[in-house]
Amino acid sequence: MIEEPTLERVLARALRTGGEFAEVFVEDKQNGSATLDDGRVEQLSSGRDRGAGIRVVVGDTTGFAHTADLSEHGLLTAAEAASAAARQGGGGVREIALTRRDVANPSPVSVLPDDVPKADKVAILRRADEAARAFAREISQVTASVAGSRRRILVANSDGLLTGDDQVRTLFSVSAVATGDTGMQTGRKSTGLTIGWELFDRIDIDEFAAEAAQMAVTKLRARPAPSGQLPVVIGAGSGGVLFHEACGHGLEKDLVDKGASVYAGRVGELVASPLVTLVDDGTIAEEWGASAIDDEGAPGQRNVLIQDGVLTDYMWDFLRSRKEGRALSGNGRRQSYKHLPMVRMTNTFLENGTASHDDVIAGTDHGVYVAKLGGGQVNTASGDFVFGMQEAYLIEDGEITEPIREGNLIGNGPQCLQDIEVIADDFAFGGPGTCGKDGQGVPVGDGCPTLRVAQLTIGGTS
Amino acid sequence: MSAPAEPRAGTDVEALRALADRVASQAEPGEQVEAYVSQGTNTSVDAYQGEIESLTQAGSAGIGIRVIKDGRTGFAYAGSHDDDIVAEALTEARDNLPFAEPDEWAGLAEPDGVAATSLDVHREAVLATPVEDKVAMAIELERMVRAADPRVRGVRAATYTDAEGAFAVATSTGISVGGRSTIAYVSVSALADDGDASVIAGGMSVGRAIDEVSLDEAADDAITRLLAKIGSVKPESAVVTLILEPRLTATVLGIVSGMLGGEAVAKGRSPFAKRVGEQVGSPLLTIVDDPTNPDSLGAEPYDDEGLATRRVPLLHQGVLQGFLHNSHSARRAGTASTASAARSYSSRPGISARALTVEPGEGDLESLLATVDDGVLASSLGGIHSGVNPVSGDFSVSVEGVRVRGGERAEPIKEATLASTLQRLLLDVSHVGADVEWQPGGTGGVTLLIPGVSLSGR
Repeated sequence: MIEEPTLERVLARALRTGGEFAEVFVEDKQNGSATLDDGRVEQLSSGRDRGAGIRVVVGDTTGFAHTADLSEHGLLTAAEAASAAARQGGGGVREIALTRRDVANPSPVSVLPDDVPKADKVAILRRADEAARAFAREISQVTASVAGSRRRILVANSDGLLTGDDQVRTLFSVSAVATGDTGMQTGRKSTGLTIGWELFDRIDIDEFAAEAAQMAVTKLRARPAPSGQLPVVIGAGSGGVLFHEACGHGLEKDLVDKGASVYAGRVGELVASPLVTLVDDGTIAEEWGASAIDDEGAPGQRNVLIQDGVLTDYMWDFLRSRKEGRALSGNGRRQSYKHLPMVRMTNTFLENGTASHDDVIAGTDHGVYVAKLGGGQVNTASGDFVFGMQEAYLIEDGEITEPIREGNLIGNGPQCLQDIEVIADDFAFGGPGTCGKDGQGVPVGDGCPTLRVAQLTIGGTS
Repeated sequence: MSAPAEPRAGTDVEALRALADRVASQAEPGEQVEAYVSQGTNTSVDAYQGEIESLTQAGSAGIGIRVIKDGRTGFAYAGSHDDDIVAEALTEARDNLPFAEPDEWAGLAEPDGVAATSLDVHREAVLATPVEDKVAMAIELERMVRAADPRVRGVRAATYTDAEGAFAVATSTGISVGGRSTIAYVSVSALADDGDASVIAGGMSVGRAIDEVSLDEAADDAITRLLAKIGSVKPESAVVTLILEPRLTATVLGIVSGMLGGEAVAKGRSPFAKRVGEQVGSPLLTIVDDPTNPDSLGAEPYDDEGLATRRVPLLHQGVLQGFLHNSHSARRAGTASTASAARSYSSRPGISARALTVEPGEGDLESLLATVDDGVLASSLGGIHSGVNPVSGDFSVSVEGVRVRGGERAEPIKEATLASTLQRLLLDVSHVGADVEWQPGGTGGVTLLIPGVSLSGR
C-alpha cells in the first residue's frame, strides 16, 4: 500500500523531536451493501475509506494524527502533528529499518464480496423477503440486508515491524415485524463470518428468513416479562454476550490499570464457579472477531482468561504490554485509521461443560429461558451489567412454556460468575457483534453452551 | 499561554460547495444527482495523573453521492475529496442504480422557498486557541476532580475535545448550500471505593468553544453524581413514581422522536402511525423540534438535504401533531419535508430530530421531588439500546438513582430495572417542570414525574 522507504522516512520524521516509539497504521476499507425494506430493494451502496493513523509514544504520553492523504507529503505532515505531544527534546536522527513479518490469516476467502454480481445480491434479498412474508400472515414488514467488507491494513513501527492483513467479512440479516391484536413485535436473525460470499453457500435463506419471522410472530402472544430475581437459563450461542459483559470488559488491562475494574489485582484468585473456563481467541477461523494480526501488528492468539474458575490473565495492548515488559496478547484493536488502538476482545467464549441441554432445563423448577440475547453494556467499575432478552420463555416445572416480552436482564459480574450452577455440552458461537468502547466499534464474536445462573434480575412488569 | 501569530484557517465552505456543485452538475439527462460533502478537524486531549495520556490532532473529509433515475437510487461514498476518488464514487453510484427497484417517491429535495435562519454556530476560537491551552484544560479538570473530595480514588478519563465541522450539499434540482459549526466539551469520569467494589460517575460541560465550557460545571457534576452512589443497595421490587431529571428526560424524548420519524411511520414500524390528532401523551406534554432555536447545541440553519430547518410541532397538549420528514418520507406521506434529514457522508439521508424541547410547566426537580410520596429519582439509565424497542414500545432499562419517600431522598439504589412501555410513559406524565436544561445532544430536557412504573430489584 505504501513503499517501505516512505514508511521508514515517515517513522523517522515522527521521532525527530523525541519520542520512544512511532507507528504508522494504514487502512484501505471497501464496503458494499444492499438493503431491501418495505418490499423493495431500496438501494445498493458502496464506499471506500482509506487513510493512515500515526502515533508517537513518549513515556506515558501518546501523540496521534490521522490523514486521508496517503502521499509522502500527507504522511510526513501527519507524522509531525503526531509528534506534537512528544516535543520534550531528545530526538535527533534515528534510522528505521523495517523487516516484513507476515502472518497467515486464519480464514481463507473464496469469493470476494466485491466480485459478486450485484444482481445476485438482489436475488438473495428478494428471496428472504418472500420467505419471511410467506411464513405467516401476521408479518407486516420485512427488512433484509447483505453486506461485505474488505479491510486491508498495514502496520509499520519504529521497532522495525512491517506487517499487514487482508480481512474480508460478510454479513446477512433479516428483520421482521409482526402485527396482531396486541400491537407490533419484532424478530431478527443475523449471521456474519470473516469469510467471503461463500457464506451464502452455508445458509438456507428461506429457513433463515422464516426464523426471523417466527420470532416476531411468537412474541405477539408473549406475556409481560416477570419482575424480580429468578433462575435464568442462557441458551447456547448468543449467551456468550453474557461473558463479554459480565467479565470480558473487566479483564481489559487498560481498565484494570485505571482501577476501573472489579477484577483488578485478582489474578490467581477464584473469581467464578469452578465450572467456568473463559477464552478470548482471535485465531478462531472464520469467526466474526478473527484476524491474522491485531491493529498493532501482533499476531492473534488464544488467551485463557479464566481457567476452572481461577483468573489467569488479562487482555493486553502494546502500551500495557510494554509497560510491564511482557508479551503481546493480540488484543490491540481500533475501529479505523482515525482511532487510537486500545485493549479489545476478539472472540470471547465459555468452554463446554458436561451436562446436557435438556437436563439444564429439566433441573430448573421456575425461571426464565433466554434463547437469544441482544446487546448489553457493563459498568466495569462496579461490575453491574445489563443485556437485552430478544427471545425468552418462562420455565415452569422444568419445562419451557410461554414466550415473554422483551426486556432487560441485569446482574453483577463477579456475583453472576459465581452463581453459574451448571454448564451443558452444546457449545455454539453466537451471531456477529459490534462491541463499543469509548466510542469505537469493532467486530467481535462470542459463544457459550447452555448454562444456568442461580439468579439474575429480570426487568419486567409482572 | 501564547497566542499564535495567525489563527489557523478554518474549513473553506465555498470550496466544499464548489466541489458539491461540480458533482451535481454532472447529472445526465433524466438523472438527479446530489453530492453531500463534509470536512472536519478536531483536537482531543486525554489527561491522566497530571500528564497528557493522548493528544490527537486530525482532519477528515468525505463525500456521499446519490444518483436517481427512473425512480431508482444508487449511492456511493468515499472518505476523500481527491478528484479521482470522487469520480470513482460517482461512477459507482451510477453502477449501483439499476439494481435498486423503482420507488415512486424517490427523488432529491427541491428548493421550497423557506429562508434559512441565521445562526451563530461557529467560533473562530476553536481554531485560534493554542493546543497548550486545550491540554491545560484536560489536566486541570483531572486535578480538580482528584482534589475535590478525599473519597475520590481516581479518575478514569479527563478529556478536552473541540472540533470544527463543515458541510455542503448541492443537487441537480437547484440546491446549493453549506455551513460550518464548532463544538467543544470537557468530560470526566471519577472513581470512588464502595465496600469491595467501586462506583464511577461522569460529568461534562459543552459549548461551542473553549471559553463556553466550564471545568467547574463538569467537575461538580461528576463529584455530585459519584458521591451520591456510594452505599447504593438493591431495592425491593415496587411500583413507583419515576422522577426523570432533565438530562434523562432528554434521553427518553430522543427515543420517542425516533418513533415519530416519517420513514418508520410509513413502513408500519411505529406505534404512532395513523394516530395524528389523537391523544398519545399527557395533556401536560407539548413537544417541538426546533433547530432554529439558538439555545440548542443542535441548532443548524440547514438539514442534510440542504433545506432550511424549521420549527416542527410534534405533540400539542398530548395530541399528536405530525411526524418528522425528509424529502422522501414527505413525498410518500403527501406532505412537505420538515427538513429533518440527517446523515453522514457514508449513509443516505435518514430522519432525526435536532433540537427537541418540552414546553415548560411549573416547578423544578427539587419542588417536584418534594411532592413524591414513593418514587425513584433516576440518575442514569442503562441498556437502552437493548431494552427499549421502538417498534413495540416495550421499555425495560437498568436504573441507578435514589429512592424517594415522603418527598425526601432516601437510600441510593443500584442493580434495579424500570419497566413500562413508551406509550404508557407518555400518557402517564403527571407533572412537567419549568427547569429547561439544554443537553449536549441538542435536546432541552425538563423534570418529569411519571407514576406507575415497575421497579424490579429484590
